[in-house]
Amino acid sequence: MAFLDFEYQNIFTRVQVRGPAYAGVSIAHEPPEHRQGKPTFSHLFGQIGDAQVGPIYLGWVGLISLIFGFAAFEIIGLNMWASVGWDPVQFVRQLFWLALEPPAPAYGLSIPPLAQGGWWLLAGLFLTISILLWWVRIYTRARQLGLGSHTAWAFGAAIWLYLVLGFFRPIAMGSWSEAVPFGIFPHLDWTNAFSIRYGNLFYNPFHALSIVFLYGSTLLFAMHGATILAAGRFGAEREVEQTLDRGTAHERCGLFWRWTMGFNASFESIHRWAWWFAVLTPITGGIGILLTGTVVDNWYLWAVKQGFAPGYPEVFPNMNDPAGVAATAAGVAATTGATR
Amino acid sequence: MRLSFGAWLAVALASIAGAAILLTSFERPPVSVVQRGFRGTAMEVVYNPRALAVKAYLHQAPEASEPADADGERAKEVYQNVQVLGDLSVAQFGRVMQAITEWVSPEVLDEAGNPVPAAGNFERGCNYCHNPENYAEDSVYTKVVARKMLQMTKHINEHWQSHVGNGEAGQGAGVTCYTCHRGNPVPTQVWAQVPERDQRRGRGFTQDSASQNLASPVVGLSSLPYDIFTPYFEQAADIRVAGNDPMPVNNRHSIKQAEWTLGLMAHFAESLNVNCTFCHNTRAFADWSQSSPQRVNAWHGIRMIRDINVNYIDPLKPVFPANRLGPNGDPLKVNCATCHQGAHKPLYGANMLRDYPELNLTAGTPAPPESARR
Repeated sequence: MAFLDFEYQNIFTRVQVRGPAYAGVSIAHEPPEHRQGKPTFSHLFGQIGDAQVGPIYLGWVGLISLIFGFAAFEIIGLNMWASVGWDPVQFVRQLFWLALEPPAPAYGLSIPPLAQGGWWLLAGLFLTISILLWWVRIYTRARQLGLGSHTAWAFGAAIWLYLVLGFFRPIAMGSWSEAVPFGIFPHLDWTNAFSIRYGNLFYNPFHALSIVFLYGSTLLFAMHGATILAAGRFGAEREVEQTLDRGTAHERCGLFWRWTMGFNASFESIHRWAWWFAVLTPITGGIGILLTGTVVDNWYLWAVKQGFAPGYPEVFPNMNDPAGVAATAAGVAATTGATR
Repeated sequence: MRLSFGAWLAVALASIAGAAILLTSFERPPVSVVQRGFRGTAMEVVYNPRALAVKAYLHQAPEASEPADADGERAKEVYQNVQVLGDLSVAQFGRVMQAITEWVSPEVLDEAGNPVPAAGNFERGCNYCHNPENYAEDSVYTKVVARKMLQMTKHINEHWQSHVGNGEAGQGAGVTCYTCHRGNPVPTQVWAQVPERDQRRGRGFTQDSASQNLASPVVGLSSLPYDIFTPYFEQAADIRVAGNDPMPVNNRHSIKQAEWTLGLMAHFAESLNVNCTFCHNTRAFADWSQSSPQRVNAWHGIRMIRDINVNYIDPLKPVFPANRLGPNGDPLKVNCATCHQGAHKPLYGANMLRDYPELNLTAGTPAPPESARR
């Protein structure tokens, strides 16, 4: 009854081997004392990762990043709290609805008074400084440890999307009001309104690419995670042994995919697949956002013009704009010579 | 599988919380689906028959009284100060007065059958509008309001067939007093302007919140702008935000404006208990050729509501006592929910007007100007 055997189907790490706390390797110009905090052990953390917590390396860059990040967090949170009259109960109840909004369209790219969106600009500036400094920290830490800079560039891809939404595109459109509010539901409403204003983002090819990479990422993650866990009974997670003795876990993983679909990734290439799929999600998404409003105003009508939005038989014939002004898909197709 | 007591406790608590969320957030299937467009386009309206059954009493038209004889002396020849119902026969006049009492200010009886007095200065029954000493005089303000409302009812049935007539002459249900009032002196679903302090909630130099980002029932508990009635149902703010050209030519509408439009649309959906696809093909919200006839009907409805609010309700502002006005001092006005109350057609299309031809004999008012219909 191997399929009922829980031994290799755990959500948690079952065996925790605990040695003395480890300060980490010594690296050039940095004695281990520069890492702050006395290491502790947590059984709970050990169930989902490494049981040792700390020490941490913060450094000046990390410290300044945290300070700016905290300032942005406070600006957003206190303005949210002020918008319910400093009522603590309403602050908690309405938290998911509250927001810090960008300025009104009338302000364009000028700097509005604090109450009219100035706080949003300030919070955005502080958050951006914080994020960019955190990127520097990720890059330098990786370099100092002798690692490649893959993590930093992956983080950079997310920062690209963030900057397109809140900085590059608003500047291209000439208005801070085009940017996203800080808030849980409000940013979702913004997303909805954005798509409606610009004629349905689903017809934006870069949005489509972004979705491909997003869903592709989840598929790859599931395939890779499942493969390695499935080979856990052969020690697939113990990488050192795999380099010495190839005839066991990872080789079976490769054979599994070769036998099921003819092609299999290698030990290294599967991680390149994952990295590129993940990184291309925000890169292509950011391109799609940047083109919206600047190059294309109505993605649905653009798709009609390009001839890839399907036409459907009319269910309600003779439907016309009662005000007699709106364009229709058929009209756009006629004026642009596109066929539907 | 061996888990610690803490882990079991966590699993148990998570299960209870999950079950609570599941049971309180979702309606149990099956639901009924009404197809609204071409197959595969997901144009459909989803109803939960059990939820509809609970609210069915809201959409029940009362039984009509016996028709009255249209012959005989006219009301204006018998009674004094009959300004809008003068051309009715005396029998018809009496029938309408009785019906209005039932529709707007019915007597409320206790278990022993005695009238229960209303709170405040108001009385129920005939005296809600009439001075019992002299029915003809206009000393009770509600009588002045009622006269204007009778003119409004006639006006809607005569000039807004595009909304209440269902597009085909004589086919629609029209409106009566009951369409809005449902036995209440003030219809249950009304609105007033949002006062400045609620539009700009932040004080001092904190952000002013711009009439949005609160869980507001006006916009279906979303965080969308909640001050949507004044711009669209009293003023004529621009609702259309999507452009008519694939390329950026001259469409200056902002995303924030789209949020206001979206808020208005949430009000439509809430008031009629429908979803977006009742009117729109959601792949191209703006495209009329892919929309349903109900969208054209709604377009006229927006203009009708503006006409009602601006030309019939706002002018009554000096007539109303202070406690019948909103926080801004403006009268309580109508929106989609005032008549619809959660039905795609008020009273599910029951034709009460057919049973009360007297309401069409009211003295007429001029048609709204062409500009109001655009």
